Amino acid sequence: MKDTLATASPVISAQGVNLVFQTGDGPVHALKDVNLTINKGDFVSFIGPSGCGKTTFLRAIAALEQPTGGTLTVNGMAPDEARRGRAYGYVFQAAGLYPWRTIAGNIKLPLEIMGFDKAEQAARVERVLDLVDLAGFGKKFPWQLSGGMQQRASIARALAFDADILLMDEPFGALDEIVRDRLNEELLKLWARTGKTIGFVTHSIPEAVYLSTKIVVMSPRPGRITDVIDSPLPRERPLDIRDTPEFIQIAHRVREGLRAGHSDD
Amino acid sequence: MTRATPILAVLALILAVWYLAVPMANIQWEVDQAARAGTPTNPAGALGAVLPQTALVLANPDLIPATYAQERPVLPAPHQIVEELWKTTAGTKLSSKKNLVYHGLVTLTSTFWGFVVGSLLGIVMAVMITRSRTVEMGLMPWAIISQTVPVVAIAPMIVVLSNSAGLGEHLGVENRLVSKVIIAAYLSYFPVLVGMIKGLRSPDPMQLDLLKTYSASEGQGFFKLRLPASVPYLFASLKVGIAASLVGTIVGELPTGAVEGLGARMLVGSQFGSPIMVWAALFAAAILGGVLISIVRLAEGLVTRRMGVRA
Repeated sequence: MKDTLATASPVISAQGVNLVFQTGDGPVHALKDVNLTINKGDFVSFIGPSGCGKTTFLRAIAALEQPTGGTLTVNGMAPDEARRGRAYGYVFQAAGLYPWRTIAGNIKLPLEIMGFDKAEQAARVERVLDLVDLAGFGKKFPWQLSGGMQQRASIARALAFDADILLMDEPFGALDEIVRDRLNEELLKLWARTGKTIGFVTHSIPEAVYLSTKIVVMSPRPGRITDVIDSPLPRERPLDIRDTPEFIQIAHRVREGLRAGHSDD
Repeated sequence: MTRATPILAVLALILAVWYLAVPMANIQWEVDQAARAGTPTNPAGALGAVLPQTALVLANPDLIPATYAQERPVLPAPHQIVEELWKTTAGTKLSSKKNLVYHGLVTLTSTFWGFVVGSLLGIVMAVMITRSRTVEMGLMPWAIISQTVPVVAIAPMIVVLSNSAGLGEHLGVENRLVSKVIIAAYLSYFPVLVGMIKGLRSPDPMQLDLLKTYSASEGQGFFKLRLPASVPYLFASLKVGIAASLVGTIVGELPTGAVEGLGARMLVGSQFGSPIMVWAALFAAAILGGVLISIVRLAEGLVTRRMGVRA
């Protein structure tokens, strides 16, 4: 199993990626010599303190930022080309639903822009609402839903146009612990059902270890990768896996990696 | 009922102050009249040095009732204005030049067209300005300067220019209407412009990024995000805009020798020394303004409810 995954063609590949922002205080080295390969079906978490470039790297994959050096490919293409080919769906920290559209209307937004016909739009809305466990909520307006439900709707919106990659930038960061646990569990089920490749930015060590097949530990000034951990945990993960020695061991290694990154500056 | 209580309390306070002020404003004339008729009156006394009007009222309490019933008072009492309003609306034929409803409709016509023209101009300018930095730098200073020029100064020039250009004949309407509409639009476009710019720029960077991840075009971003996001801002500025349009119309009616409209009534009233007539026209304008803003608010309610705003 592990072998077939390793030989699968890389979905995202970064070689010596550098990204420098020009700011009023001079250049900021947001990403320095980032090398990473993400294979099809991987669940990759990016973890690190603020300023370590984890969000910037995710945004570079999405072609929302331009690397200033190195090679970055998505599905073997340049990121902006991949975007035009609907390679990924992006989930932001805030749900960002349009308050003037119903939940179904919000999920239709990318479908309208991409030119799906009406019948197809309706069918897809039904399907993804079901996928995120929001069936029957299509006619509600965002303010009628809780924060967790809104974020699930935004995930449905990212899934609606069948991108193979799901990029998530701290999607549950603004939610409380209990809601977060449940959404993490649901996200794993969703991942198992759809076989998407997921890039997931987080601040939380337990979240990263619980969700990922691959954990990328990053550190700031300049933003860089300090450790890449291939998780030995099985793909089926009940919530209480977090009390097993393996889980605690990986969490410990992540924490060590974060600490090592910090002692550098 | 509870919602009406604060409004009624303020109204009661205003009326109380008003009724107290009326004798002070009008007593001098009553005293002069009495003196002319040879009826003895009392001088103001010691207090007169500090508060001459109050002292005169206190010294001649028997003259107070008459101050509420003068034909040309300095300050008419509220009931006199209401009486005049009633007489010049319900009590007069609609086609008569003395009917305030007739004059109100004349003012309403210009206000409406000024509002339509001004709002459209404001919206179109805002769209252009938010789409291009160059247009913003070219237009925005002029838009701001346009509002620092007093309308009363510019209104007569607009009247003269639009008359001599014969704009009305080209459009098939009265020249006077054209100049009033221009002045009203001149005042009402600005709040709409400012509100719309703010509204079109209200979507946050995250929402713009989201559209980028869909490879959405500029046009799609405009119609699906910027335009709907600007609606609450638009209605806030339309309420200011329609009031400004009414003010513009009345100002346009004042210096132009207009014979119709609430502004003309105010002018005629002051020329003929009839303050009650001026006040009645003023009240009519205030009522008209209130009604117009209520209509915009009603439209806002209908639109925002359709856009899912919580009731």
